[in-house]
Amino acid sequence: MRDLILEKKKDIVKRWIELTIDTYPPEGGSFMKNQKNQFANPVGAAILNGAETLYKWIMSGDKDLSPDVVRRLDDVIRIRAVQQFSASDAVGFIFLLKRVIRETLLRDALKDKNDLQELFDIDSRIDSLALHAFNMYMKCREKLFEIRAMEIRNRTSRILERACMKYGAPHEW
Amino acid sequence: MNALFSLVSALIAVAALVAVSWFGVGAIGLDSVFGVIIPYIALAIFIIGVVYRIVDWARVPVPFRIPTTCGQGKSLPWIKADNLDCPYNTWGVIGRMFLEVFLFRSLFRNSKAELREGPKAAYASAKWLWLFGILFHYSFLIIVLRHLRFFMEPIPSFVEAITSVDGFFQIMVPTVFISDLLFLGAVTLLFLRRVGLPQVRYISLPADYFALFLILGIGISGVLMRNFFKVDLLGVKSLAISLFTLHPAPPPGIHPIFYVHLFLVSVLIAYFPFSKLMHAGGVFLSPTRNLANVNRSERYVNPWNYPVKVHTYEEYENDYREKMKECGIPVDKE
Amino acid sequence: MELHDLPKPQDLMNIDLNKPPETGWMDTPTVFRNGTYSYPAAGKNLKILGLANPRQWSPADEDWKLPENWKEIILQGMKERLEKYRSFRLFMDICVRCGACADKCHFFIGSGDPKNMPVLRAELIRSVYRNDFTLLGKMLGRLGGGRELTIDVLKEWFYYFFQCTECRRCSVFCPYGIDTAEVTMIGRELLNLVGLNINWVIEPVANCYRTGNHLGIPPHGLVDMWQFMTDDIEDITGIKIDLPINKKGAEILFVTPSGDYFADPGTYTCMGYMMLFHELGLDYTWSTYASEGGNFGLFTSHEMIKRLNAKIYAEAKRLGVKWIIGGECGHMWRVIHQYMETMNGPADFLEEPVSPITGTKFENAKQSKMVHITEFTSDLIKNGKLKLDPSRNDKIIATYHDSCNTARAAGLLEEPRYVIRNIMNNFYEMPENTIREQTFCCGGGAGLGNDENIEMRMRGAFPRASALRHVVDKHAVNRLLCMCAIDRATLTALCHYWAPDVTVGGIHELLANALVMKGEKERTVDLRGEPLGDEEEDE
Repeated sequence: MRDLILEKKKDIVKRWIELTIDTYPPEGGSFMKNQKNQFANPVGAAILNGAETLYKWIMSGDKDLSPDVVRRLDDVIRIRAVQQFSASDAVGFIFLLKRVIRETLLRDALKDKNDLQELFDIDSRIDSLALHAFNMYMKCREKLFEIRAMEIRNRTSRILERACMKYGAPHEW
Repeated sequence: MNALFSLVSALIAVAALVAVSWFGVGAIGLDSVFGVIIPYIALAIFIIGVVYRIVDWARVPVPFRIPTTCGQGKSLPWIKADNLDCPYNTWGVIGRMFLEVFLFRSLFRNSKAELREGPKAAYASAKWLWLFGILFHYSFLIIVLRHLRFFMEPIPSFVEAITSVDGFFQIMVPTVFISDLLFLGAVTLLFLRRVGLPQVRYISLPADYFALFLILGIGISGVLMRNFFKVDLLGVKSLAISLFTLHPAPPPGIHPIFYVHLFLVSVLIAYFPFSKLMHAGGVFLSPTRNLANVNRSERYVNPWNYPVKVHTYEEYENDYREKMKECGIPVDKE
Repeated sequence: MELHDLPKPQDLMNIDLNKPPETGWMDTPTVFRNGTYSYPAAGKNLKILGLANPRQWSPADEDWKLPENWKEIILQGMKERLEKYRSFRLFMDICVRCGACADKCHFFIGSGDPKNMPVLRAELIRSVYRNDFTLLGKMLGRLGGGRELTIDVLKEWFYYFFQCTECRRCSVFCPYGIDTAEVTMIGRELLNLVGLNINWVIEPVANCYRTGNHLGIPPHGLVDMWQFMTDDIEDITGIKIDLPINKKGAEILFVTPSGDYFADPGTYTCMGYMMLFHELGLDYTWSTYASEGGNFGLFTSHEMIKRLNAKIYAEAKRLGVKWIIGGECGHMWRVIHQYMETMNGPADFLEEPVSPITGTKFENAKQSKMVHITEFTSDLIKNGKLKLDPSRNDKIIATYHDSCNTARAAGLLEEPRYVIRNIMNNFYEMPENTIREQTFCCGGGAGLGNDENIEMRMRGAFPRASALRHVVDKHAVNRLLCMCAIDRATLTALCHYWAPDVTVGGIHELLANALVMKGEKERTVDLRGEPLGDEEEDE
């Protein structure tokens, strides 16, 4: 089973990327698939590079997310957190991998009970990745609110600082 | 606007035009309608229409000098200014317009910048657009020049020269012209690009497909009449010259496919002034390209500049005089 | 509930593997979702300016409280502008929809929303133009690419014309030079006619009109702020600067965006100007009346540009200066460079600018008489008039973001780079297709840099951020330099979200760090009050 998954890695990752990009409007999605320059198409690049790394982690035995995996996952989530997605939309692309694995493998695999066990293992790793992603998503959203507060502060920082000095309000706030 | 709707409606329109002329001449025998009256009307519409459109545009003032600067502007003498991408004199503007009109520089920029990084496949669409565009326009130009042989007697030597180079390979009899092949190829590829790239398909209107189909129809009918139906070209020439000398006399017996070709051309030139095809004239007038970036060194006048309501210093000082005095800012009125 | 009745994840995610035939863009309605639109202008601000239809409303409401004859007003406004602006007229007529611009817009790249393709943004208004102003459109309607102006179309205009930062990147790639900024500017003018505008544009405009600056700070407040800065400078350098304010008979008037008076990190740049001018012993003055270089009129209407911009020449004339220097700002320079002289000139009461320090004639500004600060400073450096110690900036590894307007509307590319290279040792460029004339917008230009619009801004900022992150990874860049007050605010948010280790700042902040001043005490901290050198324990 695991061998088969590794063997079909390329197809699975490709299909996963396709499904993820399909969460965008088709006109934009095609651009994301086709434009390979990472600076001309940063969203597509994040998904492309992300999928590969995340898939590797799921199939690995590593317990924790390595810095590289965190960075890749963060790349994707960070952009989705400011696109027109709800929380489920933003994070849910990870679950699509389950669907892809089933579609790609079920016909050939699952010949014995061990396979089923392996599939469960993979499922739970995907779930845990999704939970990590959800945390990241929340952090991104919190960051956005933090930025909103910070901007209002920055915009008038000097006035406030001056007012505090003049009228004796606390300097730190 | 649904993509399929755009495409189908345009296809129907062009097919109808083909059918009208084919049956009009072949079945009803309206040679003089399709050979004389319609071309005259179309040409009149074309000339009057294009002149009208250009004059109409030129009448509209350009209130501000708004070039898009694509390179270093002229400032201090030791900083190298880029006269082609950020013109600082008339020569620069002429150079910029030349590159734009004859080499499609802006489209080319598209690919140039991206060529240096990343995998090769990256630039496909952008580079192709420039290539198809330039092939299409230049092969069209050569074909038009070649057609001068039908209107002139004796045939000018440059037309002969173009024709012989164009037919250099002498494939089949009559010779298939390279420009014909390039032309048909380029139009087809522009069409495929339009339907193939989702974002371009999404923005396409019936007018976009109509122009493509019409031009494709002209190309196909032209090749068909010359290379397959082997239309009597001497008859065609006598018609063309009779039209030009204002003594129209369509000779009998020219194959209807010729009239299809002529009719589609007539439709194209009559449609031209009303359509996006006017970009051919418009590009010369584009204020982001045909003005020099000399905004701070030369005066530019807006013909309709009018006085506006402003908040004067006096009003301002009236608002704040006491406060200004208090903190030591000099004031005009004590 | 049966388990199989539960929605599947892909249902929640809206993925349909058998995609329905696409709805044409003309029939796709606009959804106003929080975080992607800006709040409407407050009625009081419209009243100050005498603009149309002051009222309380929200884009999320069904009823936008428009005047009854709104359609007539818009169409009449269009007609008028088609006869006044060849740009608008031509750009309505000649687009062939080749799609070269499609993937050049930072909002499209960051969102994938097809209506953010520049061509489609313009088609929103072009479809109405065809329907009501062209022969074929009138005859053929939909078939001729025409679309009737309905309330939904108007709402769509509001959404997408306040989702364009007028950065002009698309116009670089258009084979006919079609400039979406031009279309957006006219689009916004039309929207203004029926009272559709956003507060983050209109409030600064109203403030600027009354008080001379976007933030609405009265003269005594300005003086207080400036003195506060000179106090800081004294702490850092030991030098007491006496600022000339509204000084009649000074040689030069200095105008800079007011964002730099109050908002960090712009304030450090502002201190930089003060230190530079003091060190040169320049005979110049600040003005409280012309205390704003920026011009949010540019994001409102052509008339409003002129109404706000008039202050600069008027003040120059009143004070009797010879010429003007303008500070680091982006859209300000679009106005100064491309509009000011035509709108409010000729300024024949001024003299052709000559640097009193080097004697250099600024030929390129001989008509408008206004010189960009980096032109002025790079000339000083070239002539060896400044004593600089670039090593004071050694902690900083910088890259430079060209502002859209200085790059694509003025061609100011080398001057800032020349200054940067002379004031610091660690400078790296971002990838080629993201700088100079191909620079990506910060995502918050043209009045969109407000906080309610933050999601849209972050989307639009992503192309810039991705290029920035590339140099962060490769060269450990920790400072994003720019010469634009809007950038200094919006890029700060961008970095916060996308590249948290990078700070943002202006060029003259670093210049002042490096500037060795006569009689200064040994500097231990930079303008931000942070220690100059690397501490020992860092190693």
